[in-house]
Amino acid sequence: MYVAVKGGERAIDAAHEWLAHERRGDRAVPELSVAQIREQMSLAVNRVMAEGSLYDPDLAALAIKQARGDLIEAVFLLRAYRTTLPRIGTSRPVDTGTMRCDRRVSATFKDAPGGQVLGPTFDYTHRLLDFKLAAEGEVPQPPSGTPDTTPKPHITGFLGRDDLIQDEPASDEVPPDLTREPLEFPAGRALRLQALTRGDEGFVLGMAYSTQRGYGRNHAFVGELRIGTVEVEMEIPELGFDICIGEVVLTECETVNQFKGSKVEPPQFTRGYGLVFGQTERKAISMALVDRALRAEELGEENTGAPAQDEEFVLAHSDNIQATGFLEHIKLPHYVDFQSEMELVRRMRREAAAQGDVVAGQKEAAE
Amino acid sequence: MNQTDIDTSARKGWMGLLARSPAPRLQALMEAAGPRPEASWLRPPEVGGVMVRGRMGGTGAAFNMGEMTVTRCALRLASGEVGHACVQGRDKAHAERAALVDALMQGASAPQLRETVLEPLEREETARREARAAKAAATKVDFFTMVRGD
Repeated sequence: MYVAVKGGERAIDAAHEWLAHERRGDRAVPELSVAQIREQMSLAVNRVMAEGSLYDPDLAALAIKQARGDLIEAVFLLRAYRTTLPRIGTSRPVDTGTMRCDRRVSATFKDAPGGQVLGPTFDYTHRLLDFKLAAEGEVPQPPSGTPDTTPKPHITGFLGRDDLIQDEPASDEVPPDLTREPLEFPAGRALRLQALTRGDEGFVLGMAYSTQRGYGRNHAFVGELRIGTVEVEMEIPELGFDICIGEVVLTECETVNQFKGSKVEPPQFTRGYGLVFGQTERKAISMALVDRALRAEELGEENTGAPAQDEEFVLAHSDNIQATGFLEHIKLPHYVDFQSEMELVRRMRREAAAQGDVVAGQKEAAE
Repeated sequence: MNQTDIDTSARKGWMGLLARSPAPRLQALMEAAGPRPEASWLRPPEVGGVMVRGRMGGTGAAFNMGEMTVTRCALRLASGEVGHACVQGRDKAHAERAALVDALMQGASAPQLRETVLEPLEREETARREARAAKAAATKVDFFTMVRGD
């Protein structure tokens, strides 16, 4: 029997009005502006842009405000908006070698040309709550040095010169796009990187951490981590040449990983790669570790069955919007499904009872 | 290098500069530069997404990273020059101003516009970049080695 259920509109409207009211919080406290969120919650904005797969700080800040700070909900809002945008084109691959770096560190070479530039980092802070921030006050200007605007060379380039690290040959092949075609396995590295860069930070971090703890270990060093601004160029078909259409802040992580060599490859270092929108260092390092773990098969390494080496496992579960959509839908009305389950259990019980005492039946089965 | 090459390289320069410039600054400079010239739309401003690509390992094969918002438009001045713009963000007025400058830069008022709009934008961009690079430079590590055994 199917029973159509209607109603609930009034309750839903009231719930949404209350939501808006709760979002505003105590009226005695000044309301947050979108610009305040964009400027002062910038790492949350960066995360929402990365996982929302849309670089637009104003929209990400608006989404955070609308979502009451629930970042996955904010990512959801940004993704939904993204689907309404016509695709105007595709950029030239960004050249991270020209990045104007705010931060650039290497864990492998102390005296890397271009130097170790810490940038605005939480590293080396004591992680003690700073009660000064609870009081209003002006922040002093940070110190200035002599600006160095020459691009910083990629660290892996030095290893590449001596063939000590696997080559990354350039190619102009058009990469597949998982926002246009459904994901199929085996996916290949281009799709893996696209899925990882928009994947949930917590999930990618957990996967990366699992490789460090031994589930698909690959001994990663952070060869280089850089954060900064790159220009985005795109060809304008009407003009027949490329122009710069804007600039984005990116975080890039290149790992250098041990590799014993295989039948076809000499012993040399291999690479993991992370490239993420915004200042998103934890995510970029995690991405690089998982990228490297997922290359195990391609490099002829032993498949230890570790989750981080399983492309299907990682890619099918990295997207927090897919995950939360499927997870959260189970709280919505399933009255009809459940009714059929209930009828099934009742019928099975009746049948079991008809065959005699249930408990006696179980004993027989055990014997 | 022929005339077309010079034009293309210069045009790429100003189109990029206009795309990267803060919208309120371009607005202020254009208002100061004079009244808006007559122009008709070839393509009215349209907001869309551009898929940004990266390269594996920074140098390898391309992959899709995610999109960025852009606004594009094209217009024709009464004097015939056609201006294009494709600028980051969703500000249609910014795209329109960028296309107007692009068109005007192909006409007789180019030298004046270069002086009143492009050069200030260029100077300010350089100053912004240098100020940021100066802060980064202050966080550059100077290693020193402790001499043992003294």
